[in-house]
Amino acid sequence: MIIRIFSDGQYRIPEDAQARLHELDAQTVNAVDAGDEEAFTSSYGALVELIHSVGERLADDELEPSDLMLPPSDITLEEAREEFTGEGLIPD
Amino acid sequence: MAGLTGRMSTIVKAKVSKVLDRAEDPAETLDYSYSKQLELLQNVKKGIADVVTSKKRLQLQEASMQQQVVKLDTQARQALAANREDLARLALERKQSVQTELQSLDTQIGELETQQQKLIDSEAAMRAKLEAFRTKKEVIKAQYSAAEAQVRISEAATGVGEQMADVGLAMQRALDKTENMKARASAVGELEDSGTFEDLTQLGAGKDDIDRQLEAIGAGGAVDDELAKLKGEMGAGSPPPAALDAPAAEPATAEPTEEAP
Repeated sequence: MIIRIFSDGQYRIPEDAQARLHELDAQTVNAVDAGDEEAFTSSYGALVELIHSVGERLADDELEPSDLMLPPSDITLEEAREEFTGEGLIPD
Repeated sequence: MAGLTGRMSTIVKAKVSKVLDRAEDPAETLDYSYSKQLELLQNVKKGIADVVTSKKRLQLQEASMQQQVVKLDTQARQALAANREDLARLALERKQSVQTELQSLDTQIGELETQQQKLIDSEAAMRAKLEAFRTKKEVIKAQYSAAEAQVRISEAATGVGEQMADVGLAMQRALDKTENMKARASAVGELEDSGTFEDLTQLGAGKDDIDRQLEAIGAGGAVDDELAKLKGEMGAGSPPPAALDAPAAEPATAEPTEEAP
């Protein structure tokens, strides 16, 4: 599976890391729902760290589409909220 | 995955395929939209320039605040030497708040630098992907049947499209940060101009109330001034023993005279 972290790059993630990934993603969503800044920063930070540690970074000139896309690692809780409610972070 | 990642992916994929679906051949779409891509890269350049300008402005502000710290420190010493602990305290309080402000400026300049770097990296990745795409599509066309080539080119084009979305977001975030800081800088500027900043940090050039009071003391006589200087050289930082006799809450006026008889 290939994951893109915006403002970072694309990573090829091995199958066996995906369960942990889903778990951290769920935690992150809960933190956004609860408006818990601290929990959000730590769970999303852990998610990004996991991808960095198990993932293999793709070169800039590779043209693989991503299966999943994540917001930038320094995204704020407020921005993550917009991601859920409004048009999302990506401009047209 | 339905979480944050899922939501983000859905939106980006929808936007990318909206662009690529405009023509039957995604390779042609990208070629047709070449001018659009150049436009985007131009905008990124402008965006980077904007961030740099904003950063320079903050750095100027930082320099002027550093001067302010030096000035307030000097004022505190002068006030102590003139036996005016109250004034020295006031100057030191202001110095503190300017220093706090300086720290926050430092953080903001650092954040701007980070955004700038991300924008530059993202743009470089997009150029690399575009270049790779232009080569690869010819290879694919030569190697595969028309139908299969179509699928593979479409995949490759999606890779480019994603990177364009990435650049777009990096740009938007950098500009948002810049806008916030511009607004903040001009708010500080306005306060400065109107003089309402006086009781906080007194950022303006020229004389402030501490200066005026110090001058008033100086007006008491050149001898006093000279004496104060001497005291300062002998032991700046601790008030001379005579200060202990002075009334604790002396009003901050120039004349140290007691009630007239």
